[in-house]
Amino acid sequence: MKLNEATAHEILELIRQEKATPQQAFDAVLDQVQAKDDHIRAYVRLFLNENRWDPATARVPIPIGIKDNICIKGEPTTCCSRILGGFKPPYDATVIEKLKKTGAMLVGSTNMDEFAFGSSTENSCYGPTRNPWDPGRVPGGSSGGSAAAVASDQAIWALGSDTGGSIRQPAAFCGVVGLKPTYGRVSRYGLVAFASSLDQIGPIAKDVQDAAMLLGIIAGYDERDSTSADVLVPDYTKALIKDVKGLKIGIPKEYFVAGIDPDVKEAIMAAIEVLRGKGAIFEDVSLPHTEYAIATYYIVATAEASSNLARYDGVQYGLRRQPPQVRKTPLIDMYEETRDLGFGNEAKRRIMLGTYSLSSGYYDDYYLKGLKVRTLIKQDFDRVFEKFDAIITPTAPTTAFKMGEKIADPLSMYLSDVYTISANLSGIPAISIPCGFSKEHLPIGLQILAKPFGEQMLFRIAYTYEQSTPWHKKRPPL
Amino acid sequence: MMPAMEQRYETVIGLEVHLQFSTQTKIFCGCANVFGQQANSQTCPVCLGLPGALPVLNQKALEYAIKVALALDCRINTLVKFDRKNYYYPDLPKGYQISQYDKPIAQDGHLLVADENGTTKRIGIKRAHLEEDAGKLIHDDQTNSSFVDYNRTGTPLMEIVSEPDLRSAKEAYDYLQALKLTLQYLHVSDCDMEKGSLRCDANVSLRIKGTSSFGTKVEIKNMNSFKAVRAALEFEERRQQEILVSGARVVQETRLWNDAKALTLPMRSKEEAHDYRYFPEPDLVPFVLEESMIASIRCSVPELPRAKYERLRQTYGLSEYDTNIIAADQDIADFFEACAKLYGDTKKIANWLSGPLLQEMNARKVGLKDMRVTPQDFIVLLQKMAENVLSNLAAKETLKYMLDTGKGAVLVIEERGLAQLSDSAALIKIVEDVICQNESVVQSIRAGKESAVGFLVGQAMRQSQGKANPKMIGAIIRNKLLGSSITEAY
Repeated sequence: MKLNEATAHEILELIRQEKATPQQAFDAVLDQVQAKDDHIRAYVRLFLNENRWDPATARVPIPIGIKDNICIKGEPTTCCSRILGGFKPPYDATVIEKLKKTGAMLVGSTNMDEFAFGSSTENSCYGPTRNPWDPGRVPGGSSGGSAAAVASDQAIWALGSDTGGSIRQPAAFCGVVGLKPTYGRVSRYGLVAFASSLDQIGPIAKDVQDAAMLLGIIAGYDERDSTSADVLVPDYTKALIKDVKGLKIGIPKEYFVAGIDPDVKEAIMAAIEVLRGKGAIFEDVSLPHTEYAIATYYIVATAEASSNLARYDGVQYGLRRQPPQVRKTPLIDMYEETRDLGFGNEAKRRIMLGTYSLSSGYYDDYYLKGLKVRTLIKQDFDRVFEKFDAIITPTAPTTAFKMGEKIADPLSMYLSDVYTISANLSGIPAISIPCGFSKEHLPIGLQILAKPFGEQMLFRIAYTYEQSTPWHKKRPPL
Repeated sequence: MMPAMEQRYETVIGLEVHLQFSTQTKIFCGCANVFGQQANSQTCPVCLGLPGALPVLNQKALEYAIKVALALDCRINTLVKFDRKNYYYPDLPKGYQISQYDKPIAQDGHLLVADENGTTKRIGIKRAHLEEDAGKLIHDDQTNSSFVDYNRTGTPLMEIVSEPDLRSAKEAYDYLQALKLTLQYLHVSDCDMEKGSLRCDANVSLRIKGTSSFGTKVEIKNMNSFKAVRAALEFEERRQQEILVSGARVVQETRLWNDAKALTLPMRSKEEAHDYRYFPEPDLVPFVLEESMIASIRCSVPELPRAKYERLRQTYGLSEYDTNIIAADQDIADFFEACAKLYGDTKKIANWLSGPLLQEMNARKVGLKDMRVTPQDFIVLLQKMAENVLSNLAAKETLKYMLDTGKGAVLVIEERGLAQLSDSAALIKIVEDVICQNESVVQSIRAGKESAVGFLVGQAMRQSQGKANPKMIGAIIRNKLLGSSITEAY
């Protein structure tokens, strides 16, 4: 087995046994990037040597890809947007500091939808990433580059960010494990904000154990992020037990209605049977406000985004453009020209949506109402988790769709996040793990949700399922 | 008969005061909160609004805000919540200002404001909230370009909004003075309008006297001193009056005070058409203030100027004039009370504090804390005057040397030989000299022009280099020229 095809825990074991060195692991990954990434395009850039890793601190020397919206000191961080062209943060995000301390090996910045706006990684100023399972299909998004890098063995680990499903949906589409932690579990300091009340950084990995290890490294309270939670970080690898006997798991009926691909439904039902066979108890539950989740999300998320993206005005960093002739005033001309050239269509769409719903006269009907419905959606989950240990759903209603299929139809693109959005609105943790393939041999993702700070429950159920099935061992035909 | 047209109107003014807190660090990051440093030297990813940076509330700024709220008798909103105020300007690096919108930290307070006749009026404080200051634009006319200095970005600000309770420019001025004094007592800001640590905007409208609805208001900005506030408001009052008297309507707008031209001019209307799109700041989690925190801050609020004024007047029987001066500075008031414990003639203490000592402070441009005199020394000085050891003039001289050297009164009097000449023989000698040298004046006194005695006293004082006891000199002259008894005179 080539080292880049191994999992993190396998590599660590080989290093411990002195059968491999960190450098060999890193080189194997770089070789794969050299060989495959012209085709896959998971990375938008590779890091400078001095920023990659420090052998002196390499306790956990695992090659990792970083989504292009997480700040790394001295490396361009652009969110795959022209407007941040040339921007190099003078500081490391908290998760990067933590990774550097454990000696992780930073490979490069992974592709994404511009500012994480999208579900296909097609909204990137660098062009799309291909799905390793089918180069004509999207890897999902917005963390499509991270998921594709892990799926194609161009990274052992990757960091993604998840605002409405941006880690889980691409993980599902690419056949890897992706976790959105509880809101506040991982510091957002240094994550370029899309929607501050929804964003979380999380791990993308080849199996559940690797995801648990990576979460253990990046999680924890950070005094620089007022929204991070001062909750002790447990040893997540201790939650990797093959036992779900007696666990009560809910199946929300609202998630199995029209729009779901029959192959997906079949795979989820089969997964439920696997877990039932291991002793889990399944019951139908209701999350009655599910149908409002997408509408609520696109009000709350775009409102916050419209404000978060206001800073890209050409004044201090990134792109600046002045039209050849004065139109209004030099300053307003500069703002307009810069933002017109700097942002892609989806970014502009979301800025306009958000600006609209925050405008005077509309605020109460849109933003305020959105916040109220958000509370109702959260209460749906609170009620279920009073009696249930977890909820199981598909990660996405379909498998990976074709490139270009939905890019002209934003509404159908938004619907691909229908199962993932509620976890962000509620702040609860959710994981996507591979649970089979469609007839077209495309990966299908199983989503497990738990109550806030219930990551250990997610790992336990996911691990039990994974260890009973072959899916996580499958590699795409590259 | 109808009153004159302009007397039919009543002025309605509300002030918005922005106060910069003098906390060590900025409101949402650890950068030093200092004035006058090299441009952009006091910045970090947070106050520069760099992508990914997040705000963390400075607890000290919160404490200061609560202190101000308590001093202004406000109701405190125990749910601390911040909002984003969205607008574009190059000095605002995030494209929004973190402020407080629907839950200001303080609401419904008031301040008692006295005019020079001692009449007090209660001015309502509508709200006061915490927010971050913006940066500063620096325009270079030579290259026709603008630069941004972000050092000021993130300085903690408290915006204090009065009710429209002010009825004249003078009243607004008095309110601003009283507010400044109260804020100075709290030690939360240096309250310096020239440095911009205290800034003031005004809303001005006129209405027909006796009506309760408001006229169209005009916002006045760019008033950079107390004098400018008063002048701008007086100007605006007249301007609106003329408009109304002529039958026209006042336009709702923002006007800028031009100090050089002494008038207000309209701001370009484009710059004020704002929809700030306030919404809750998602990067700062709302939290509830502990009652114990408010209680401990309440203990740190000192006796406030108005209360101090009343107490000093009542306890020591001081004049309004002296009390105003003493209560206008906490250090002076403390100094006064320390002196009053040591010496019974509080009137004398007050006179010498508000007179010579204050003059010396002004001349030296320092506060009382930097003056090299203790209450004990100061009392010795006053005692020496009472004992006729020092003349008024010599006492001032002594004080000056005391402040220059830091030495006590007794030592200074001795070293400088400032003790009064009360030795009759020596004084008689001086008077005799003066009489010889001023023949014609002597004649006129003898002829009945008694008022000219003062002139001779002055001459004698000069000859004694200020050391002579002027009362004795006067008595000796009268005795010599008019035959009155010496003892009678003093």
